[in-house]
Amino acid sequence: MGSQAERYKSGVLPYAKMGYWEPDYVPKDTDVIALFRITPQDGVDPIEAAAAVAGESSTATWTVVWTDRLTACENYRAKAYRVDPVPGAPGQYFSYIAYDIDLFEEGSIANLTASIIGNVFGFKPLKALRLEDMRIPFAYLKTFQGPATGIVVERERLDKFGRPLLGATTKPKLGLSSKNYGRVVYEALKGGLDFVKDDENINSQPFMHWRDRFLYCMEAVNKAAAATGEVKGHYLNVTAATMEDMYERADFAKELGSVIVMIDLVIGYTAIQSMAKWARRNDMVLHLHRAGHGTYTRQKNHGVSFRVIAKWMRMAGVDHIHAGTVVGKLEGDPNVIAGIYSVCRDSFTHQNPEQGVFFDQDWASLRKMMPVASGGIHAGQMHQLITYLGEDVVLQFGGGTIGHPQGIQAGATANRVALEVMIKARNEGRDIWNEGPQILADAAKWCSPLRAALDTWKDVTFNYQSTDTADFVPTATAS
Amino acid sequence: MRITQGTFSFLPDLTDTEIRAQIEYSLEQGWAIGVEYTDDPHPRNFYWEMWGNPMFDLRDAAGAMTEVSACRKAHPQHYIRVNAFDSTRGFETTRLSYIVNRPTNEPGFQLKRNEVGGRAIQYTIESYATEKPEGSRYK
Repeated sequence: MGSQAERYKSGVLPYAKMGYWEPDYVPKDTDVIALFRITPQDGVDPIEAAAAVAGESSTATWTVVWTDRLTACENYRAKAYRVDPVPGAPGQYFSYIAYDIDLFEEGSIANLTASIIGNVFGFKPLKALRLEDMRIPFAYLKTFQGPATGIVVERERLDKFGRPLLGATTKPKLGLSSKNYGRVVYEALKGGLDFVKDDENINSQPFMHWRDRFLYCMEAVNKAAAATGEVKGHYLNVTAATMEDMYERADFAKELGSVIVMIDLVIGYTAIQSMAKWARRNDMVLHLHRAGHGTYTRQKNHGVSFRVIAKWMRMAGVDHIHAGTVVGKLEGDPNVIAGIYSVCRDSFTHQNPEQGVFFDQDWASLRKMMPVASGGIHAGQMHQLITYLGEDVVLQFGGGTIGHPQGIQAGATANRVALEVMIKARNEGRDIWNEGPQILADAAKWCSPLRAALDTWKDVTFNYQSTDTADFVPTATAS
Repeated sequence: MRITQGTFSFLPDLTDTEIRAQIEYSLEQGWAIGVEYTDDPHPRNFYWEMWGNPMFDLRDAAGAMTEVSACRKAHPQHYIRVNAFDSTRGFETTRLSYIVNRPTNEPGFQLKRNEVGGRAIQYTIESYATEKPEGSRYK
């Protein structure tokens, strides 16, 4: 590259020549590593594009600045060290970029993301850019609280083991008065669900103010607990315009004895971290609804993959996160969903390109996040849901509970019976993937709510092509 | 009413063959079986009495079934549950817990409403059975 004097001569240098491309660089254990899918403009060399991404997401600006020479700038430069063509996607490249840990403030998702997805996504030499995955170093993870409660402690508090938890979102999502809303909560919990949920856009509207909703919902929760002898919960959505409002709502939820509160992803990373700390201080499970994520996670060529959002949310400290259903009405390729569930629940996530997981990730004892499967699922899919999603998951049947022809309690009972009978059969060693429909049909002989559920929704499936799929197929050799 | 704590309470009461199958599954996972009983089924009564320690060294379902039967014989009108404990790092908790015995008559719980300031209510759940002293309930 020539002398230092040459390097820092005024003018415009290719990023690759400014030190942002280091093909021989071996990432340190303490480096943050980001994997971007880059689509350079026509005529832009992929290596230069990768170097530009490294530059723009760390120290560089568009021209040479002499003030770099006042710093140990080698440290602060992100380093693109590997660029691979994306299999089967001409014009797209996976570029690996390493960042020194000192580029980031301890325990701050806002700071991490301001670098990694800050200016760089609007950068002109790229047609599109997607953050596919990140490796967060152990040392940096240790500066984050992580889930306020975590799967293990949540289960111990709720006294519920060995099966997925069951939930439902109150419907219609808008328009019910508080008293009518609480009716839905009571019926569903008494019928057999563990949780009922506010929807993402239920906050404090003219038809139902938040305090009123909280009061009626807690009557429903406690009445259902007394009727069943189980711990029950309702995710009270405390999302609001300001932190002060959210704290006020969360404090009221705690005062009323709720075991869980809820926030929406749209409140922002800092607000999420604040609520996670509040939840840890107040013995509360924190549910996150991923409202808004589809705007930037769904398209494969541009945005941020949901597995990265899931990593950030585990660091930020939420306990529940909507993470896909595979079989329901919302986006979800089985392999990609499996990768996201690993990110939520593993102690150590192993590299698995077929599932879109590019790095080994030691979770540094951060607690585990409970994935939530919600959207267009019903009791007749129970064997598929358990096969795909396992047992540390909340299965949410909204329409599949409230839309039951015999009523909400019957809908809840159908789901709970389907769940318990399937877990029991799985544990007995039966092949639930193939025998599932028969197992359900046998249970429906003694459980008429399940019979009615199976008859009503037997043909409902959502078979559409996923847009967010993994780029590697099982035949690729794992190195 | 029927208390629906535990993994399989919405199903008909498990037969001994079915209980044994769940124990075998748990042992295959490397979990330790523990038997617990109580006559205080409050949902937040986390500490049921232990029918001995969890059986860490037991690998045979028949042995666990013997303990279940012995506990039932001693406490026929108590709630009895079988727990499976997983000592794997990252879990270190109960992985499966299901009721294998319950009293003939389950009176359930009273919901007490303590009307405090404004419209807020403090709720207390009380088992009708626990109005009597321990050991003399569910007769």
